[in-house]
Amino acid sequence: MTSADAGGKQLTAKDFSAGEARWCPGCGDHAILNNMRNLMPTLGIPRENFVVISGIGCSSRLPYYLDTYGMHSIHGRAPSIATGVSINRPDLSVWVVTGDGDALSIGGNHLIHALRRNVNLKILLFNNQIYGLTKGQFSPATKPGTITPSSPFGSLDHSFNPLALALGAEASFVARTVDTDRKHMMEILAAAAAHNGSALVEIRQNCPTFNHGERAVTADTSVPTPADGPIRLEAGSPILFGADSQWAVLRDAETGDLKLGRSTEKGVVVHNPRSTSPTYAYALARIADTEPELAPIGVYRAVERPSFDNQYQDRLADARAGGRGDLQDLLTGNDSWTVPARS
Amino acid sequence: MTTELEQPDPRVRRLKGVVIRFAGDSGDGMQLTGDRFGAQAAEAGNDVATLPDFPAEIRAPAGTVGGVSSYQLHVADHDITTPGDQPDVLVAMNPAALKATLKDLRPGGVLIVDSGAFNVRALEKAGYDSDPLTDGSLSNYILHAVDLTGLAVGATEGLGLKRKDAARTKNMFALGLVSWMFNQPIESTVAYLEKRFAKKPPEILAGNLASLRAGVDYGDTTEAFAVSYEVKPAPLPPGTYRHMRGNRAIAFGLVAAAHQAGMPLFLGAYPITPATDVLHELSKLISHDVRSYQAEDEIAAIGAAIGGAFAGMLAVTVTSGPGMALKSEAIGLAISLELPLVIVNVQRGGPSTGLPTKTEQSDLLQSLYGRHGEAPLPVLAAQSPADCFNAAFEAAQIALERRTPVILLSDSYIANGSEPWKVPDVSELPDLGIEFATEPNGVGKDGKPAFHPYKRDPRTLARPLAIPGTPGLEHRIGGLEKADGSGEISHDADNHDLMVRTRQNKVDGIEVPPLEVDDPSGPPGFGSKLLVIGWGSTYGPIGAACRLVRQQGLAIAQAHLRYLNPLPANLASILAAYDTVLVPEMNLGQLGGLLRMHCQIEPVGYTQTRGLPFRAVELAAVFTRLVNDLEDGAAALSTEDIKAIGGTGKVGRSELGSEKNK
Repeated sequence: MTSADAGGKQLTAKDFSAGEARWCPGCGDHAILNNMRNLMPTLGIPRENFVVISGIGCSSRLPYYLDTYGMHSIHGRAPSIATGVSINRPDLSVWVVTGDGDALSIGGNHLIHALRRNVNLKILLFNNQIYGLTKGQFSPATKPGTITPSSPFGSLDHSFNPLALALGAEASFVARTVDTDRKHMMEILAAAAAHNGSALVEIRQNCPTFNHGERAVTADTSVPTPADGPIRLEAGSPILFGADSQWAVLRDAETGDLKLGRSTEKGVVVHNPRSTSPTYAYALARIADTEPELAPIGVYRAVERPSFDNQYQDRLADARAGGRGDLQDLLTGNDSWTVPARS
Repeated sequence: MTTELEQPDPRVRRLKGVVIRFAGDSGDGMQLTGDRFGAQAAEAGNDVATLPDFPAEIRAPAGTVGGVSSYQLHVADHDITTPGDQPDVLVAMNPAALKATLKDLRPGGVLIVDSGAFNVRALEKAGYDSDPLTDGSLSNYILHAVDLTGLAVGATEGLGLKRKDAARTKNMFALGLVSWMFNQPIESTVAYLEKRFAKKPPEILAGNLASLRAGVDYGDTTEAFAVSYEVKPAPLPPGTYRHMRGNRAIAFGLVAAAHQAGMPLFLGAYPITPATDVLHELSKLISHDVRSYQAEDEIAAIGAAIGGAFAGMLAVTVTSGPGMALKSEAIGLAISLELPLVIVNVQRGGPSTGLPTKTEQSDLLQSLYGRHGEAPLPVLAAQSPADCFNAAFEAAQIALERRTPVILLSDSYIANGSEPWKVPDVSELPDLGIEFATEPNGVGKDGKPAFHPYKRDPRTLARPLAIPGTPGLEHRIGGLEKADGSGEISHDADNHDLMVRTRQNKVDGIEVPPLEVDDPSGPPGFGSKLLVIGWGSTYGPIGAACRLVRQQGLAIAQAHLRYLNPLPANLASILAAYDTVLVPEMNLGQLGGLLRMHCQIEPVGYTQTRGLPFRAVELAAVFTRLVNDLEDGAAALSTEDIKAIGGTGKVGRSELGSEKNK
């Protein structure tokens, strides 16, 4: 399905474009914005029914550049505001645009609770592993030991794995994509849009100004290197990677743990994002999580769970099934008394 | 008792009014007992004002003074404004309750104690060295030592209740006894108990009813209670009335406003004492299209409300002081977004966790100024439990009409207190409906029609609202400064200056009714030389104190502020007409400072932060002294002068730097 305007004219990316984006040249945000502008007209949702809500940070400027209803709110709180929109208006498609600082640090509480409730939000977490807008401090997603202006001797913080966090909150849809792979991102965003309930998509991206990706150089050919990545997840397919599919995700027969190894070894894992238990997806999220270039991309988990919105609206409908309550009856109650007019 | 009238039947004494307090352990059911007595009295046509007082802990250690829960009621045959200063009748269910509350009972008052609870261990726990029932220390009171527990257990015999459950009905025995004393029918309580215990084992209801009736019979047949009392109905204006608590009245006011606006009501809230009852009330009203949402924290609660407002709901959040502090950044966002939003702050003692269950009105300046940047919003305050309905309705009206967050201040005293409320006729409530934009109102950079969210109504300066789902009006709003009109991001210096002033002008331009002065001796400048002005829940105590002063033949003027921002236009000229302006407040003088700043006058403060409302007699003593001094020809009183005034309060810290101004 596609979106059309009132006159029946097919809408395009241009119709979703509002103003010129003001991010640094080479920033991954440009690619994400372009992909959203291209995706939205294809979803069959009228343009006026999109609401995009963001917090604070480089990523959160995005709503200004999309010609939909939008709100650039306050730091970390976008999921809470989006919840207020979404649960009241099931006719709307509500998206949250956030970053690793916004979603995982100041807004961590709102993120986990939106996911726990399964509010019908499409949450795009732009992860550049740095605070860009405040000029380069370490974020909760930054690798320990990273030297930044606020950690001149290396950061001490253990970093969050956003997908493991989302899975811990029992999110019903969890996926990862990268800014540099347009086709993959479009597929993932479309899958997220189609999901009923919370969808968390981590978009790994480059910050050319403050966190330019540096690839580790290694001559060791006995283990996969970042150059072999990323690991691509396809539902129903064995998880193979490397130029010649020489590597695979394996399940250790003794411990049941997931690990990386040669695709010729036993125990190659066939990807199943519909597994009811989040344990498998959690293990997958932690595999190679210190190697962002290698870490798996794709849909980790996509399960059906009643959305908060549906339950909320169902309850409202049930309560009004017998007709709306009468205000005068409510105010008068059954414990009132009358003072007669004096003659 | 307060005043006795002519007595046709010697066994029934008619009273103008009486103050009764029930006190017991937190688990003794004193809140229920007091609430029912108040409801009975209200249904009998009395004017009733109540003051519940309970510990912050759900179950403080049993039998200790710190765990005492009490409920005071003022029942009268005339219009009253406070729950009374000193009880005439005190019911103490154990030694700790006696210890905690006896100091308040007026000398000569009636004291009913549960002698069954006065054992050695209980006396020790309460800190008594000897038994007050026998050591003569209660000789100043009319003491009725009744084994309430034992009689309740006896009354429920044969009903199959366990002894513990049987003993727990002692509060109903006490209620029955006091109902008899005041000639009150218990039928409504019977009906109430039938509903309340409908889902419990039948013997629980049977036991409570048995004890309630046994209490009535005990009064009727026991010689110890030779006289009962009767308080005739108060002459209320004709109409339908209901016993109403402040927090419920707020909930009803909001529901009525949403109904009159034709919008769903959306509440985002996080539980916090003493505001939680508003969440409870609204959560029940789902059939009235009330959508309540319990968020993960205070910030998420207002966040959801902001989202709801953007989506076209009448949005509300309710909280108390600590929650207000957490919400302040989001309130700033709502001011910048110019979305309608009602923020209810049921104040409690602060700072920090402070006194969660006690009252205070110390968040006034926080409400007015507690945000970064120039962030004005309308602030109004409810003055009594029943008035909470109107205050909430007005708050919603302003929010919708001006597209702004509005803070409504209540406090623990009126939130939990109750009084008769004249039920409004829904057909007479004003229409609060607003029109959402459906068409573009400007031209975009591309020359095409566009929606400009900050192109304002020239009179009200309210901006147009286009809700998501409206074709062709897609637009973005946010916390960054916006260009006047188009609403696009603007860092332009002159534009920011314009927007700051426009937001201020929008709030300043709200039409607020003129301040009215109550002074039977004449209009401002021609009557009393002293004006007492207050805001919020001090209305009742100040009004009662003014009556006491006038009963002495003295002139005194009272005015009360509903609107704290903007202030009434005639405020400064009214205040200037009096020699002395006295401001009693349950804080250290926040309104006093505000009046000094806005009206260039030097008000005198009378402040307390004891967690309890002012006592009318205490205020009356201060007022009387001031009036007499003024009549004696003294010039306007200084802070030093008022410091000399007696009374039990802490007088005269005329606060916020007044000393320097002299």
